[in-house]
Amino acid sequence: MTDSSPSHAPVWQRSSSRQRLVKWVGLFWLVAFSVYCWQVMNEDTIWAFVEDAPAQAADIGERMFPPEWSYLGRLWQPLWDTLNMATLGTVLGVIMAVPVAFLAASNTTPSVRFIRPLALLIIVASRSINSLIWALLLVAIIGPGLLAGVIAIGLRSIGFVAKLLYEAIEEIDERQVDAVRATGASGLQVMNYAVVPQILPAFWGISVFRWDINIRESTILGLVGAGGLGLNLQSSLNVLAWNQVSMIFVVILLTVIASEWVSARVRQAVL
Amino acid sequence: MSTSLSTSSNPTQWRRPPVMFKRRWHGYLFLAAIVIYLITATWSIEVDWGRVQEGMARGWRFLQGFLVPDFTTRWRDIQQGLIESLTMTWTSTLAGILISIPIGIGAARNLAPAPIYFLCRSIITLSRSFQEIIIAILLVAMFGFGPFAGFLTLTFASIGFVAKLLAEEIEACEAVQIEAIRATGAGWWQVVNYAVQPQVMPRLIGLSLYRLDINFRESSVIGIVGAGGIGATLNTAIDRYEYDSAGAILIMIIAIVLVVEYSSSYIRRWVQ
Repeated sequence: MTDSSPSHAPVWQRSSSRQRLVKWVGLFWLVAFSVYCWQVMNEDTIWAFVEDAPAQAADIGERMFPPEWSYLGRLWQPLWDTLNMATLGTVLGVIMAVPVAFLAASNTTPSVRFIRPLALLIIVASRSINSLIWALLLVAIIGPGLLAGVIAIGLRSIGFVAKLLYEAIEEIDERQVDAVRATGASGLQVMNYAVVPQILPAFWGISVFRWDINIRESTILGLVGAGGLGLNLQSSLNVLAWNQVSMIFVVILLTVIASEWVSARVRQAVL
Repeated sequence: MSTSLSTSSNPTQWRRPPVMFKRRWHGYLFLAAIVIYLITATWSIEVDWGRVQEGMARGWRFLQGFLVPDFTTRWRDIQQGLIESLTMTWTSTLAGILISIPIGIGAARNLAPAPIYFLCRSIITLSRSFQEIIIAILLVAMFGFGPFAGFLTLTFASIGFVAKLLAEEIEACEAVQIEAIRATGAGWWQVVNYAVQPQVMPRLIGLSLYRLDINFRESSVIGIVGAGGIGATLNTAIDRYEYDSAGAILIMIIAIVLVVEYSSSYIRRWVQ
């Protein structure tokens, strides 16, 4: 019985040899593709600048360090504008998103074949274009200012709100809808008494969540001319006033933390 | 028990109970506060109607450009921008995931000792608290214009996202399986490799694909502040009022996002 010598004892292995081969070949292609991408991307990179980066970073850090606290006085107005832009943009986005969500949800849409794909297309188009690009376009069309920012935020929010809302609509308890319909309620009454109460908590949760995201987004929309803190950021960057820039960063950070806190509290309360 | 009391207190009309507030007037007060705020906020927006009217013609031209996009005139720029965006997206997602895995493990309370846990959690918080654009501004100032700064921005932003969700997934792992592997006398590495990794792998792949999607969307804007990619091309096109080229670029962005989104949701369903 020489076969059962310890060197021939079977060893447990997680995957079969074929699986392992596939895994290694896949990994090889992944690495090769990534290296290729890396080289294509860095064709025009000037490595001298990259080597110089730590020195640059130290220099910028030094110039940023004491944030210019006196500049804070001039930031209250833009901060107020930023908050308004985010809030009004969210309201606008939500108003536009609600009908889209009802048209996209397979249990409330009037036509699964024609209207639902259209609503889904609106959702995807709105989500795939960043609010900064919307702002860039709107500033070119209606001129710089808060209005462009509000509309940009609104257009960008449609996709997010509508997507989450239509998922919530599709998850409702159909028995309640049947129950209300059994009382002889009309279509609108079914909406009002069976569908809306079920999605209302999700609706408030989604809206506040989007508002929180919009606060972040609206802080930078000014970079392309749409008003708010980003406008100050742009002008401070243009004159290389790094201590003003760091002051703006501090304000943005505090605003974002505050809005996140508010959003978390509200979502806890309604969901 | 007087019968008259019970009949008179029975309401004949049903009213829907208030959903969010315990008392009805709390709701009205809240509503009034919101309305007052919205009016104030709307009032603070100054609209130059003359400028808007002037812009409408431009808006119309843009819409026409979107319907009849011009891919050919600026094709070289668009092509270069797209290649930059795509390569940037791919390499930064990969680098971001590779860095996120150790940080995510370190940020999981059930695997890491306290000092490492706090270190990793603070890295995640730092990465999540600033918008990609702001990171891009700083990195462009340090590393110079071009896709390399964009690569670093997206890598940095990916870390916060992937590591945070990975850590949450590891913390939600089934402790029984970890205990079972540990009972065989396995070391820390073996626990990670045989008990944790199989549980979180599908989720990690899902997260990576989702982040790939986000990184492409972001790579289309960070060019506006000089970090390479299609955003720079788009910015130039709009600055030159070449709306037909801008429309072409936007259509391509939407198309690529669609492809990435559908294929990633397909792969996610297949993996999970």
